[in-house]
Amino acid sequence: MIAIENVTKIYGEGKSAFRALDDVSVTIKDNEFFTLLGPSGCGKTTLLRTIAGFVDPSSGSIRLGGKDILQSPPYKRPVNTVFQNYALFPHMTVAQNIAFGLEMLGKPKREVKATVEEMLELVRMTPMADRQTGQISGGQQQRVALARALAPRPQVLLLDEPLSALDFKLRKDMQLELKRLQTETGITFVFVTHDQEEALTMSDRIAVMNAGKIRQIGGARDIYDQPAERFVADFIGDTNFLDVEVLEITGDAARVRLAGGAETTARGAAEAGTGMGAATLATRPEHARLVPVGQGVMEGLLSQVVYFGTDTHYHVTLSDGAAFTLRQQNTPDMAHAFTQGDRVGIHLAPGVGQLLKD
Amino acid sequence: MSDLSAARTATERRNRWLLLSPALLILIFAAAGPLLIVVVYSFLTPGDYGGVKPEFSWNAWFSVVMERDFFTEELTFADAHLSIFWRSLKLSLMTTVAAFVFGFPTAYFIATRPKRSRDAWMLLIMIPFWTNLLIRTFAIMELIRAEGTVNTLLLWLGIIDAPIQMLFTEFSIMLGMVYVYLPLMVLPIYASMERFDFSLVEAGYDLYATRWKVLTKVIFPLVKPGVIAGSILVFVPCLGAYVTPRVLGGGKNLMLGNLIELQFGQGRNWPLGAALSLTLLAIVMVALLFYVRAAGQEGEKSHG
Ligand SMILES: Nc1ncnc2c1ncn2[C@@H]1O[C@H](COP(=O)(O)OP(=O)(O)O)[C@@H](O)[C@H]1O
Ligand SMILES: [Mg+2]
Repeated sequence: MIAIENVTKIYGEGKSAFRALDDVSVTIKDNEFFTLLGPSGCGKTTLLRTIAGFVDPSSGSIRLGGKDILQSPPYKRPVNTVFQNYALFPHMTVAQNIAFGLEMLGKPKREVKATVEEMLELVRMTPMADRQTGQISGGQQQRVALARALAPRPQVLLLDEPLSALDFKLRKDMQLELKRLQTETGITFVFVTHDQEEALTMSDRIAVMNAGKIRQIGGARDIYDQPAERFVADFIGDTNFLDVEVLEITGDAARVRLAGGAETTARGAAEAGTGMGAATLATRPEHARLVPVGQGVMEGLLSQVVYFGTDTHYHVTLSDGAAFTLRQQNTPDMAHAFTQGDRVGIHLAPGVGQLLKD
Repeated sequence: MSDLSAARTATERRNRWLLLSPALLILIFAAAGPLLIVVVYSFLTPGDYGGVKPEFSWNAWFSVVMERDFFTEELTFADAHLSIFWRSLKLSLMTTVAAFVFGFPTAYFIATRPKRSRDAWMLLIMIPFWTNLLIRTFAIMELIRAEGTVNTLLLWLGIIDAPIQMLFTEFSIMLGMVYVYLPLMVLPIYASMERFDFSLVEAGYDLYATRWKVLTKVIFPLVKPGVIAGSILVFVPCLGAYVTPRVLGGGKNLMLGNLIELQFGQGRNWPLGAALSLTLLAIVMVALLFYVRAAGQEGEKSHG
């Protein structure tokens, strides 16, 4: 278990001081696939490097299995990193790279050899054992970097955007491969990415970060379906934001009035802490439905229709000028075929929208 | 048509020779020619007032390592020459090692500075290199002579009672040569360190390597080409050094360069001077061969 408590990292001093991490607290469980997700520059790498020992936090504590690790240098922490650029040793073969950590730990030769073979097997690189690292492809380098970091059996494996340099197809394969390795080895993975889809498909839990702060922690479903705030809703998936007026609150549910005057119910009133009056309602594009004029809660002009094969995106300009996007699965017997320029209605099932704190 | 292309290739060939000619001229007049003259001189007889007499003789080559007693005609090794050879080799090697010991951390320090300040640091390293050799050598002399800066300071601090004799020793020669040739060590090591990917250092630390292990297992193997280049650049001119041992060695501690100069000056033995020069050249060649072989083998080993 990694317990990160109130970790703050300030780069620079005085006027140029910059808070890369701002009072970050999170507990990562054993055997968990934990993802740090956030836009570029939000502090993901800084947090990862703080765990690895390459960055000294300005304040806060990090405990690993109950033991404070901030005082230990990187080479004494039972934590290994898969670097974004792999950082394989170019003067060593694939096998020598994988053996490096074990040799530094002073493991006996026979054990090193056996573990290296096991690791080569695990990442399916046995035939490449004696190649120079410059003579293998990017995907293979990636797997060697993984094997090298896994070989010493760390308690935690840190991965900093390990798939970002791979092309689309390879990335998909490696996502499955990583998940498999994590399950097989039972090692805690702390995975950094700015790709929300990657985060959603691979993680047990996700921490969404922005500007040095953790904004929300939860499973993929929690974060997608119940974003805690506007930033999370905006960053994960596509979201329509509507200005609404809260009329009545009962527990977590709220009755709200939309701009057009129609009323609907929404979730999240308790968490967002909204009172009566103006608020923001978030709706996923696939949770709304296009209907003929007069049958929905809102109306607008269908300004663009984009066909994506499995689904179609409809861009609607609402009566008050706001934009609203809908996504609908394509079926062979599409009930309503709407075309660009049509006036359309939008149906929101009661309770699908989420009230947000800004 | 074939005529045309034949004419074209002929022109091309002529152009190629034309383009090569500056290099060829330099090679002929600056390298091959003088070398040939030196080789020929080494097999001639010394002239009475310097120069050579056109009579064939092995004597010069013989005198490089042997000497005949003037009275008894007994043959012995030329101890004077051999000790000078030995001193040259020893001081050059020690200078190279010392230049590495100081140059490597210096290069490392500069290469790990932010990009903007690196050039400034390199400039500081290079400024002495652009200063006249004599000036730099006399500066060292001023520092270490009996009434010089260092001794005065030590006396004033009460660390010593009497000035330490540093000038006119092998130490002073070495000090001078390290100072003079240090930039030649720093430059190539810095060049290979600048290309070095410092995330590999982090990877090393991450994989349980201590500082020392990271240095020896990760950094050093990857900047070794720079270290080898630097060592050659320092070692070779040290072997033939003339000014530094002359000024700081005080005429007692001769090195090869001084011995050779002596033959062309007071010694009036040009053939011996020529033979000694060629011997120096041979030592350099052997040393280079040794270096290159060692470096090549390492390279092969790491390529599996
Ligand atoms: N060594 C440093 N000195 C100053 N600022 C830094 C340093 N490292 C990172 N930063 C800043 O901290 C912020 C977070 O960086 P980083 O953790 O790399 O973000 P991410 O990995 O999420 O893209 C960035 O704005 C970056 O410019
Ligand atoms: Mg990053």
